[in-house]
Amino acid sequence: MPNMSMQKTPMPAQAPEVRNKNFDEVTLGYTPEMAVLEAQRCLQCKHRPCMKGCPVAVRIPEFIAKVAQGDFLAAYEIITSTNALPAVCGRVCPQENQCERECVRGIKGESVAIGRLERFVADYFMEYGTAASKRAEPNGIKVAVIGAGPAGLSCAGDLARRGFEVTVYEAIHKAGGVLVYGIPEFRLPKAIVEREIDSLRALGVKIETDMVIGRALSLDELGEMGYKAVFVGSGAGLPRFMGIEGEGLLGVYSANEFLTRINLMKAYKDEYDTPIIRSKSVAVIGGGNVAMDAARCAMRLGAERVYIVYRRGEEEIPARLEEIHHAKEEGIEFRLLTAPTRLLGDDQGWVRGMECVKMRLGEPDASGRRSPVEIPGSQYEMEVDSVIMAIGTSPNPLIRTTTEGLQADRRGCLIVNEEMATTKPGVYAGGDAVTGAATVILAMGAGKKAAESIANLLLPSPGSEENPA
Amino acid sequence: MYKIVEKRALNEAVTLMSVHAPHIARKVLPGQFIILRLDEYGERIPLTVAAYDRKAGEVTIVFQAVGRTTKMLAALDVGDDILDFVGPLGRPTELEGVHKAIVIGGGVGCAIAYPQARFLHEQGATVKVVAGFRSRDIVILEEEMKAACDELLIATDDGSYGRHGFVTDLLRELLEADSGYDLVIAIGPVPMMKAVCALTKEYAVKTTVSLNPIMIDGTGMCGGCRVHVGGELKFACVDGPDFDGHLVDFDELQRRNAIYRAQEQVDANHICRLAGEIDA
Repeated sequence: MPNMSMQKTPMPAQAPEVRNKNFDEVTLGYTPEMAVLEAQRCLQCKHRPCMKGCPVAVRIPEFIAKVAQGDFLAAYEIITSTNALPAVCGRVCPQENQCERECVRGIKGESVAIGRLERFVADYFMEYGTAASKRAEPNGIKVAVIGAGPAGLSCAGDLARRGFEVTVYEAIHKAGGVLVYGIPEFRLPKAIVEREIDSLRALGVKIETDMVIGRALSLDELGEMGYKAVFVGSGAGLPRFMGIEGEGLLGVYSANEFLTRINLMKAYKDEYDTPIIRSKSVAVIGGGNVAMDAARCAMRLGAERVYIVYRRGEEEIPARLEEIHHAKEEGIEFRLLTAPTRLLGDDQGWVRGMECVKMRLGEPDASGRRSPVEIPGSQYEMEVDSVIMAIGTSPNPLIRTTTEGLQADRRGCLIVNEEMATTKPGVYAGGDAVTGAATVILAMGAGKKAAESIANLLLPSPGSEENPA
Repeated sequence: MYKIVEKRALNEAVTLMSVHAPHIARKVLPGQFIILRLDEYGERIPLTVAAYDRKAGEVTIVFQAVGRTTKMLAALDVGDDILDFVGPLGRPTELEGVHKAIVIGGGVGCAIAYPQARFLHEQGATVKVVAGFRSRDIVILEEEMKAACDELLIATDDGSYGRHGFVTDLLRELLEADSGYDLVIAIGPVPMMKAVCALTKEYAVKTTVSLNPIMIDGTGMCGGCRVHVGGELKFACVDGPDFDGHLVDFDELQRRNAIYRAQEQVDANHICRLAGEIDA
């Protein structure tokens, strides 16, 4: 008998006024009882609309059926047959735009809480499961993956499951990419990322940190080392700035730098050496998940006022609903339809304020979104002592600028075909390196697709004796 | 882990260290840098590579113990390990086609400047090296610099050695005496590079500077090393670290480099994990 409640089973969370002063995880996850109750809301639709919304094709109704029966470990097996990082996806995917948007229960009432269930299953496994190291039969073929972020890890996991000998090269000292330098502890605990990566290691994936491909080793040298294919998942790179006056002032951070100091370099913990500026009044420019993360970190570092300054309106904010909701609960103030025009400095070169202009929404642009238009004469000043730019990034230039035959578009994004193959034979790419800044799950989907293409390239096709060159 | 295989004090505050890092030694070129992290709690700091031995797989850095991390690094010894040592990073210095150059080093910057002088000298260019120090007791690498050029000129701020004055005094004389220089390379404290560039601009001699802004990843992600060059936003880690000195906004760079100084002063009284107590 399905649970016909119109609402999702609520997930416990730290109280806003408590959590906005610590970096512990905001939401606490379902208990087994809550998970079973929520799983019973799933109608087990025959046509599985939810799966169409999932970039890594998780067999959603099947795993939910197992949860409803209380067989959580079986549910984990089903999820991980297609998803390398379930504890991560359960926490950071924008489910409302993916699986949950397609859920039939969402037509009248709230959709099934697929993300929360996925997270529960992954957490349950970490607590009670045993990593049965089910290594695939090795096929002896070496593949290199560049970048240990979501795209690279997902590609590596899928290749390892097919028996490839995979080495992941990571430029910084820790594997995880944006999962470790970008997304804060309170949204995605780093211990969880580490355990997900450990389970990839258990599949046979090798990870070499401190290795800058494009500098220490070129793509061509990887070929000489016996790698038969390379996947480039080097991620988003250089942060964008607005090009307005005052961006060189002290107290102006890119979101990437601010978040890296906090998440990767642990500036909020006393025992770490990483310095960071703790400001009283912080403006974060932008409306994506990165902007929400930066704003909520600034609050946790002790700011009295934190603003999200976004040039479009509430409807257009690209961040996940849950992040916007959590940010508001924690006291972040939203200044929508507002754009900075100038940053103002004091005589020591520190930010003391920001001049803004109000916007209204005009006609839809090429992307279909209504583009913001300045309202003349609406300038006003905000008193802030720190400004964090979270207005996007351009792809990392290192590989593109050091590899011949690898074509990129005008914005620096690597060009790939439907198979995720780049213009250089044997080299595949995916994630932010191809799309520009996007989501974890889209990057994972791209890594997965590339793994399949690499397998098609390097493994004999079924029913054929011949090994394609 | 990367083992320290050589350590030598060049003066009271400046240390030379060679580190076993074969994959970096294989590829590194003059002008490139590494990023190191001493231990799990450490910062990531960039240091320009001073020398390398491809055969032995060693990379040499020269640093002044000024901040927390460099003080901790100076406390390590031969046989100790550095947790992370990443590189080579940045673009190599463009040294092709130079016939007559002045290479200027300020203080610890001489350690980075002299390999470039040597490289040019070995390519057949006429090279003068101008080295500036506060006083005689902190002069470093004099023999090495002398061997790397046609003429070495030293200036000290207090007049205790060489010419009494700044590198710019010597530079002006060189530029007055001979208009044939096609490149000046200046590596040292930001005010020195700024003063050198102001002068060479008067004489319209192309000038390259090597910048060392605050960085975290050093691979084109964090954007901490941003600097305005000719009004354009550049990132020292991937666009540099060398830039046309006549276009760099040195005032912004100097301000940004000092951003954590007050914070570090406060922290300097903390007990150092690696070396016991650090002098505040």
